[in-house]
Amino acid sequence: MTGAEALAATLLTEMQAAGAVPVAADILQPAETLLDLYGEDIRARAYVTHDPVLGEMMLRPDFTVPVVQAHMRGGAEPARYCYAGPVFRKQDGRRAREYLQVGYELFARDDPARADAEVFALFSRLLEGKELRPVTGDIGILKAAVSGLETSIARKSALMRHIWHPKRFRALLERMGGQGPLAEARAELVSNLRAARAEALIAEAGQMVGLRSADEIGARIATLLRDAEAPPIPREQVQAVERLLSLAAPARAALGGMRAQGWAALAPALAPALDRLEARLEALDAAGIDTAHLPFEASFGRITMEYYDGFVFGFLPAREDLPPVATGGRYDALTAVLGQGQAIPAVGGVIRPALLEALT
Amino acid sequence: MSLKLGVPSKGRLMEKTFEWFAERGVQMARTGAAREYAGTVEGVEGVELVLLSASEIPRELAAGRIHLGVTGSDLVRETLADWPSQVWELLPMGFGHADLIIAVPKVWVDVDTLDDLDAVAAAFRAEHGFRLRIATKYHRLVRDYLRAHGVADYQLVDSQGATEGTIRNLTAEAVADITSTGETLRANHLKILRDAPVHCSQATLFAARAADWSGTTPAMRALAAQLGVAVPEGLTGV
Repeated sequence: MTGAEALAATLLTEMQAAGAVPVAADILQPAETLLDLYGEDIRARAYVTHDPVLGEMMLRPDFTVPVVQAHMRGGAEPARYCYAGPVFRKQDGRRAREYLQVGYELFARDDPARADAEVFALFSRLLEGKELRPVTGDIGILKAAVSGLETSIARKSALMRHIWHPKRFRALLERMGGQGPLAEARAELVSNLRAARAEALIAEAGQMVGLRSADEIGARIATLLRDAEAPPIPREQVQAVERLLSLAAPARAALGGMRAQGWAALAPALAPALDRLEARLEALDAAGIDTAHLPFEASFGRITMEYYDGFVFGFLPAREDLPPVATGGRYDALTAVLGQGQAIPAVGGVIRPALLEALT
Repeated sequence: MSLKLGVPSKGRLMEKTFEWFAERGVQMARTGAAREYAGTVEGVEGVELVLLSASEIPRELAAGRIHLGVTGSDLVRETLADWPSQVWELLPMGFGHADLIIAVPKVWVDVDTLDDLDAVAAAFRAEHGFRLRIATKYHRLVRDYLRAHGVADYQLVDSQGATEGTIRNLTAEAVADITSTGETLRANHLKILRDAPVHCSQATLFAARAADWSGTTPAMRALAAQLGVAVPEGLTGV
């Protein structure tokens, strides 16, 4: 047994002592589910192979998806699961392609704040004494900020779709505020589309080819023309979202700061999300975490952990070129996608024992 | 040991390569029967010509079986993961220009840019229940490009030839392909997105990081001087 395997076994025992049931998952997972969830980008990160009967398969890039699926097929509630085993990720350079992950997942309908705190406090205890910097964040606050913008539902859902793609999110926000190169390109497109009726424009463009129909093209033209009539997102709201994205402070101070900011019309939408953050901080305090010093970064979790939609956390090594030793968060929406109509609030996280071992 | 120089074995790319070297005092020629892939080099000592298919040159460079190679910059970027860790890009040669672009049907009058394509991809997925398909053989380049621009809800489908026809055949909604004049695209009722191309390719001279360079010093120095390129710093043995 290697050091990392021994460490994984110890962590798994601790998680079982915390009430989790150990579960297993196949290494070969159907590719389609993962591709639908993560999009084409997952091909650059996961190993794809082919089965003559089942089609495209992937070497599991994480346990979360199979564990959620197993729970949705008939797990009791509330449920706590733990697991340990190798995952496989394509990497540049010399980073490990195959490495152990030990994870803990909690499915519970009541008191999300306490569930968040339970998972974070457990990880905090398991990683105690190591030279790691904890970071927390909350994707729910970003989503609330977007929903509070004074603009159309179409624009809000476009922004929501790209919350996990920071560069595109920024470009969209800029365009919707009437600024930047995308706004210019859009203005030109709209002026061309105003030149004639949709049917005439399509007929003039030439032969109809492909699956996307004239109706679909016409529908988007209508959407574009409607959108062009809508006023830009007010400047102070764009700035408020940008300020929020760059917020980094100890959790209590961050909460106080977000409450105190005169964030124009965002404030009413943010209030419930900030109440949830406050409830979480109370629960973390009760679990023995010092929230006066716990780092909070509003943008944390926007790139690496695409399916998290609420509380997010990580434990990072001092060396910035090394990957996080542990990450986790809340993923309520993922259970709805995988549950085909059913959903259950869920929060969990993983530890990489090989990275943990290298620290000692 | 002689310095192995891989060049394209046929067609315009070979002719242009031979011309380019000849202009710099290095004469290359194919020898023997027309179908025999062997060649000679005159004008510089200790250089051995290796005639290869342009698409095999990136792999031969990565494996270190040739020291130098001439091929399209697109092929190196597409074939080799983390290409700068495997080859040195010595010199763009100024011919064999072609752009890797993304094209959509001309009737998509509502689409000019990637920003539009991304919005259409979301609507298409909602309407049809699957992700918008982009046909290409340049999977790595196109995926990296779309990820860098934050485009979502698409899928790449493999097309090794006649890519422009996939849209008419209903096996793709858009294509990503190499074009120099755009004629094939127009003939297939397609138009190019207005954003910068995925990659602007041209014939380029590469050097292999993995090759055994010992004993090649005199030949490499002489050739580099004649071509007017700097010898890369990390190149051991030279």
